[in-house]
Amino acid sequence: MYDKGKIITGLIVFVGLITFPIWYGFGSAGHLPNPEKPKNAKECVEAVDYMRTSHMQLLNEWRDDIVRSGGTRAGITHDGTEYIRSLQKGCMKCHTNKAKFCDECHTYTAVKPYCWDCHIQPKEAN
Amino acid sequence: MDNSRRKFLKLAGVSAIAGIAAPAAFNSLLKGEAFASGGGSGHGEDKAPTGKRYGFVVDVQKFAADKDLAQRCINACHTTHNVPDFGKDNKKDEIKWIWTETFGHAFPDHSQYKKNTQLVDLPIMTFCNHCDNPPCVRACPTKATFKNADGMVLMDFHRCIGCRFCMAACPYGARSFNWRNPAVKNEDGSYKYIRRPNLDFPTRMRGVVEKCNMCAERLAEGKQPACVDACRPTDGIIFGDLNDPNSEVSKVLREKFTIQRKPALGTKPSIFYII
Ligand code: SF4
Ligand code: SF4
Repeated sequence: MYDKGKIITGLIVFVGLITFPIWYGFGSAGHLPNPEKPKNAKECVEAVDYMRTSHMQLLNEWRDDIVRSGGTRAGITHDGTEYIRSLQKGCMKCHTNKAKFCDECHTYTAVKPYCWDCHIQPKEAN
Repeated sequence: MDNSRRKFLKLAGVSAIAGIAAPAAFNSLLKGEAFASGGGSGHGEDKAPTGKRYGFVVDVQKFAADKDLAQRCINACHTTHNVPDFGKDNKKDEIKWIWTETFGHAFPDHSQYKKNTQLVDLPIMTFCNHCDNPPCVRACPTKATFKNADGMVLMDFHRCIGCRFCMAACPYGARSFNWRNPAVKNEDGSYKYIRRPNLDFPTRMRGVVEKCNMCAERLAEGKQPACVDACRPTDGIIFGDLNDPNSEVSKVLREKFTIQRKPALGTKPSIFYII
């Protein structure tokens, strides 16, 4: 065997290089999303866990129900708070800052919802 | 091309068309839809559908008496629904939910021969007729255009793929296509083509068809359509349930002579005009 030393060092350097991203970020998950919660409300329309994982399904259900089946626009939480089942007139009345709420997670997960191509976000007071 | 292959393709094509089209044609014949494109008339002779059936009565004389009324209606509708204004130089991109037509264009099957000029020059308010038998609904392949239980012909903009079949199908030109993005912004964040944005109503996006939605969002709140409100205190446009004998529209329809646009097409428009 010739050049044993060179090959082995080369291999070590190579493995080190391609695994660099793994151990470089080891122990830190980068900038974690920290959406700003509304100050004037304690509860969302469903449990926090459900909202976190399934708010998009909920919005789709609202849309189909209201646009297509003439469903009610009024909703009520289980603690009796009334709300409007609407992105612009409902969600965004509490979550008044899209950048500090929606975008926090959407940017982190690289999800680009097209809601905002048409629905107008509230004026953000930054 | 090889002769036998050619024959085979022809045969395959013909049988495919027969296979797909025959049941559909047969079904629509059964339902009597085929007459929609042939004879038929307005609401008059046919049995009116049951349930709620919203409609409008437009009193053309009120618009003749007040020259600004038409523009007030248009402004009310277009600001309520964030309809963009691309300016006079971009007529081909124009989006309109409600607009004026000349008598001759609005009622091409009524004679204008030797009619008085005042009538022929009248501006006629035109918008989606929310037809009882809407060809646009039949043409839409995604069911983005649909008729709801109250007889309103609505659009689910989320579903529109911009194929424009509905535009071709509508005999009243009541639909507009978004050739460009209506929600373009200036540097200061204001909308370029929407003068007074209504923050409670969405805009549309490029590649989507739109039209009058009978103010579904206002009716849900117990309000009247924006164009109807804009006509006050006159009753230039009256709105209500055509099937409710006590509604304002029914009363007017009983008392006054009204005409509809292109009734011979059998689409059964829900807008009635007092001339
Ligand atoms: S006027 Fe045109 S767009 Fe409106 S319902 Fe009739 S066919 Fe459809
Ligand atoms: S009913 Fe509403 S959407 Fe239709 S023309 Fe009147 S204001 Fe516009």
